[in-house]
Amino acid sequence: MIDPPHRADRLAVRCAGLVKRYGRVTAVDGIDLAICAGECFGLLGPNGAGKTTTIEILEGLMRPDAGDVEVLGARWGVGGDRALRQRLGVQLQETRLNDKLTVRETLALFRSFYAQGRTVDEVLALLELEAKRESLVSKLSGGQRQRLAVGCALVNRPALLFLDEPTTGLDPQSRRQLWDLLKAFRREGGTIVLTTHYMEEAEVLCDRVAIVDHGKVIALSSPDTLIATLGAEHVIEFAVAAGQVAPPPQSLRQLPGVRDARVENGRVALIVEHVHLTLPALLAALDQHRTGLSMLTTHHATLEDVFVSLTGRHLRET
Amino acid sequence: MSQRPLPPLVALTQARVLEFVREPEALFWVFVFPILMALALGIAFRSRGPQLVIVGVVDQAGAPAVVETLRQSRGITVKVVPAERADAALRNGNVELLVVAGDPPTYRYDPARTEGRLARLLVHDALMKAGGRVDLWTPRENTVMVPGSRYIDWLIPGLLGMNIMGTGMWGIGFAVVQARTRKLLKLLLATPMRRSDYLLAQMFGRLTFLALEVVALLAFARIAFGVSSQGSLAAVIVIAVVGAVTFSGLGLLVASRARTVEGVSGLLNVVMMPMWLLSGVFFSAANFPERAQPFIRLLPLTALNEALRGVMLDGTSMVGVSSELGILAAWGIASFGLALAWFRWQ
Repeated sequence: MIDPPHRADRLAVRCAGLVKRYGRVTAVDGIDLAICAGECFGLLGPNGAGKTTTIEILEGLMRPDAGDVEVLGARWGVGGDRALRQRLGVQLQETRLNDKLTVRETLALFRSFYAQGRTVDEVLALLELEAKRESLVSKLSGGQRQRLAVGCALVNRPALLFLDEPTTGLDPQSRRQLWDLLKAFRREGGTIVLTTHYMEEAEVLCDRVAIVDHGKVIALSSPDTLIATLGAEHVIEFAVAAGQVAPPPQSLRQLPGVRDARVENGRVALIVEHVHLTLPALLAALDQHRTGLSMLTTHHATLEDVFVSLTGRHLRET
Repeated sequence: MSQRPLPPLVALTQARVLEFVREPEALFWVFVFPILMALALGIAFRSRGPQLVIVGVVDQAGAPAVVETLRQSRGITVKVVPAERADAALRNGNVELLVVAGDPPTYRYDPARTEGRLARLLVHDALMKAGGRVDLWTPRENTVMVPGSRYIDWLIPGLLGMNIMGTGMWGIGFAVVQARTRKLLKLLLATPMRRSDYLLAQMFGRLTFLALEVVALLAFARIAFGVSSQGSLAAVIVIAVVGAVTFSGLGLLVASRARTVEGVSGLLNVVMMPMWLLSGVFFSAANFPERAQPFIRLLPLTALNEALRGVMLDGTSMVGVSSELGILAAWGIASFGLALAWFRWQ
């Protein structure tokens, strides 16, 4: 699993054999990670996969039952925690900042904890929240609130930023604004570790992704490489008209350019190299069997397809 | 505006103060409620000058003469009571004593009641004089009004103590548990903030309002009821500060583990209720049995009330209330230490 990639110069986070149990449930079941400085690393998985527990162990907020963690070359609980925290930025899932403080007051409060970092005005500019400077947190939209939460994690110019589901519940525009903020942080050389259950987010932001399921890493690589493990880059999905039967997967796999075929809930998914080669052949085959289509779509293969091919389940369903 | 960051303790205290000022309900409980309480109790138990005792005369032969005699006497209000309602009037406290005319007259009253015995003395004296008794001599009377002897004088320090306890514990308990349920404490833990700074900021935030709170209640008591402190105001302030710090510590301790606002409300009530009753807020703790006294005296609110009354009523110096301050300090230090050790941050 440990796959120190191309830029193996310096590790920002290293952990080995992490285990965390809650009673009988093993939330984290032996996770090893090596995350490079300057990298954006994603933990992708469905709810309850153990992503949050893993990231909170890395953040030093939770002790693992077993395993070893090193963050920016330091260990938790050996007397240097506060010095280490000076160099980290943390955004937690579902934290609600104090409603009764303004944006400026909130940032000033967090800034006061750090020896060095940005001024409040610099952070406001970074967040594009200058107009909301004197607004109470309670008056902010969901997207603005989330940007402020990330802003609180950026006041100290951290070397390493931990984000737990930073865009969950946001509309697409707010999500893109937050991504831009994170890309800017990357350009300055910052390292990001984030959890998400949005494939799109992982594909847009992450250099490497660990797919986590039932407390274990089941795949770890760059999004492109993971998608390439499907053997092809495109997906054709179709469903046949009511009362008709789709051709069996074995016969579909014989079509030109088809790497894999799956049938799920009456819908068929073909993983193909070139849509323009496979599609005419598919239509001809269906025509031959006098089978009508009720639905037909094609898309670029995504991490969702990778997750489905690895687990047989979709990310959003648990 | 300066962009240099504040020291964390100052920034946390400031945040706490702003949060409080922007919470209108909290302002009501801290500033308005104690004043309303003082107003209500002050009016209910106001001094009415020399009290009149109410005496009933049973309506029967010979009654008019007795009524006439008693009407001439000072300090007695006379009622004529029909014979069939006489017992009820005495039982309900409508009259303190019943006179049944006759030779000699009969006095009916409850000797266990102070008012009853007082009525007997006044009635007997008046009837004897009317009957021709001659006093051996008339004393020279020197009546004085002792300052600080009214109920309201006694009540105000108790209300002050109760308010210092209540606002300290509710204010801190709620703020801390709310921050915990919003996962704000956990987020703070992920920063280099010192944990003790957070807890101290809760105390300092509390102290910021204390001066206003104490001044508001004392000024009201002075203007509305003429209550003034016999001892120095500085001593009152010092005691109030020590009390506020102590109860902030207790508030932190009570809130140190609670996960919900409901949970902490229950706990706060359990801790404060006994002190409302036992610590001499509305009535003297001396009403409780002798054997309970050592325990009652060790309660922090008892110590605070005793210290405040010592200074305000008896004009005692700070040195004179040092044992009470010692008890308060011990509670404060112990609870802050335990709170820091037990505090649940996530």
